[in-house]
Amino acid sequence: MSQPKTIVEKIWDQHVVHQEEGKPDLLYIDLHLVHEVTSPQAFEGLRMNNRKVRQPEKTFATMDHNVPTLDRYFIKDPVSKKQIDTLKANCEEFNVPLADIGHPDQGIVHVIGPELGLTQPGKTIVCGDSHTSTHGAFGALAFGIGTSEVEHVLATQTLWQNKPKTLNVKVNGDLGVGVTAKDLILAIIAKFGVRFGTGYVIEYTGEAIRNLTVEERMTVCNMSIEAGARAGLISPDEKTFEYIKGRRHAPAGEDFDIALEKWKALATDEGATYDATVEIEAAEVEPQVTWGINPGMGLPISANVPSPNTAKTAVEREEIERALEYMGLEADQPISSVKIDHVFIGSCTNSRLSDLRRAANIVRGKKVNPSVTALVVPGSQTIKLRAEEEGLDTIFKEAGFQWREAGCSMCLAMNDDIIPSGERCASTSNRNFEGRQGNGARTHLVSPEMAAAAAIEGQFVDVRKYSAPTLSS
Amino acid sequence: MEPIRKHEGLVYPLNRANIDTDQIIPKQFLKRIERQGFGQFLFYNWRFEDDGTPRENFSLNDKKYEGASILVAGENFGCGSSREHAPWAIQDFGFKVIIAPSYADIFYNNCLKNGILAIIQPEEVTEKLIEKAEAENYTLTVNLENQTIKDSTGFEVSFDVPEYHKEMLLNGWDEIAVTLTHEDKISQYEAAQN
Repeated sequence: MSQPKTIVEKIWDQHVVHQEEGKPDLLYIDLHLVHEVTSPQAFEGLRMNNRKVRQPEKTFATMDHNVPTLDRYFIKDPVSKKQIDTLKANCEEFNVPLADIGHPDQGIVHVIGPELGLTQPGKTIVCGDSHTSTHGAFGALAFGIGTSEVEHVLATQTLWQNKPKTLNVKVNGDLGVGVTAKDLILAIIAKFGVRFGTGYVIEYTGEAIRNLTVEERMTVCNMSIEAGARAGLISPDEKTFEYIKGRRHAPAGEDFDIALEKWKALATDEGATYDATVEIEAAEVEPQVTWGINPGMGLPISANVPSPNTAKTAVEREEIERALEYMGLEADQPISSVKIDHVFIGSCTNSRLSDLRRAANIVRGKKVNPSVTALVVPGSQTIKLRAEEEGLDTIFKEAGFQWREAGCSMCLAMNDDIIPSGERCASTSNRNFEGRQGNGARTHLVSPEMAAAAAIEGQFVDVRKYSAPTLSS
Repeated sequence: MEPIRKHEGLVYPLNRANIDTDQIIPKQFLKRIERQGFGQFLFYNWRFEDDGTPRENFSLNDKKYEGASILVAGENFGCGSSREHAPWAIQDFGFKVIIAPSYADIFYNNCLKNGILAIIQPEEVTEKLIEKAEAENYTLTVNLENQTIKDSTGFEVSFDVPEYHKEMLLNGWDEIAVTLTHEDKISQYEAAQN
């Protein structure tokens, strides 16, 4: 038998176009996702050099970052409008398929890729967006790139890449009741830090990962970049294949069976070795809330905000002090005592139908605290429609949530959904950087369930103790 | 892109770890469709009050760092988003070289594609450089050809840079043009897939 390989090595070897001593490998890209923010300068570069898009049919574009969530067709900011119009014009000029702002397929690029069946096991997938790691949930090698690389892929369908090191993040046992995939990934980053994945591709393994649904796996892989890893993936299994089957761009009929044979061979072989391995016990993970200004500054809901006195280095001490000041928190205060002004349920981390269902289960029959403004932004127009068919919108609206159109929205506040300075948001998104949700805004990252419960209580609460129909058992 | 071989310049020290791309260039400035003109927005929320007046307590506003072209920072510089607007802003502001103990992967690549030399040095070295640059008007000479950093007092360290990156930076090559010399291989690969 040949040498056992990891899934990363298998995908890599299948995509090397050219290899040369002392150079990175020239890697073929199967799917290039494009959005309005990181692409205009790339298309302009093509124009300036009289170049074409090599494989328009392996390219797919949508608009998400700037899209208004109240009235999609009314973009107040003329600069945002120009960026949106530019993508449309570029797609027309270069024949790139586009889910335009009014198209029923429009949505967050990392939500619609999987939804349309474009995302498939074994593919190399890139996008000018760091959360491209999301697609790794299907056993694809998916990573974010800058605009120069976007231009390079448009022109050549390839990228020069050094073969990455592999990091096995092994999650033993299973998550407790009321503890979600979001809590798991936040706990992993809190435990190992925001740079433990730098230079690596993470493969998530272990019982807890196998037990996650495909949509939960997307939440985990999505935040690989917050651990420093450009890509994070999970070996595909029956759940993955079942999720893809029947989707519009998935292989159909006989082609599906042929693809399935290839997909089944992708999983990491028994005995394959990684460059590094870390382990975490799933049973020890509690619902998480971040307290600070990077995703590694996370805590279990039962814990207190840290004190600068616990810092091991001067730089760390300065970081904690600056985070406390920015976040308006006291050292040692219980995180559960923190009162919030806003709740945002959405983003490429947590805006899929299953996320909305679980949040709705917490909200059902309750009212949003009068001190809180709460927003639900579905990840795609398709999800919005399906949620409405199930009546989820009614549950949210009756509780006092606003029900919006699909887009990135308050995750990074490039549209009009901005948190005012000094105000505090429980957010299901992926980054709590300073100013991320608005200049001076204070972001706490949580799961959809924790966000929903916080909306009702007006402060953070352990969702496991929170009375909700689904948690009564 | 402009080639870079040797650069002598004033050091600006920013003694913070995990400086993310949202700090380097906040999201409200990502809407432009050009590559130029982002320097005015560099570290915007750190540099300016809400009303647009410069913050006195942010060191980049200090006159003594005017004209600085070498940025020294803490580890994991450029973490977060893939926005190339971050290196564009750094470059447009006037920085040509960054020295830090580590970088986020995407940011590091983005620097390379724009002819910014991002150098990795151990924390002992960056701390020392930061200390000196905070205390006095401190100039360094960075030589990519022989991979050294020197000051005027005899301090000298070497740095590593992958051969391919070095070649790209020294020559200021258009990477797409280089890749297209392998177009036959790309076509062969595509033919084999179908």
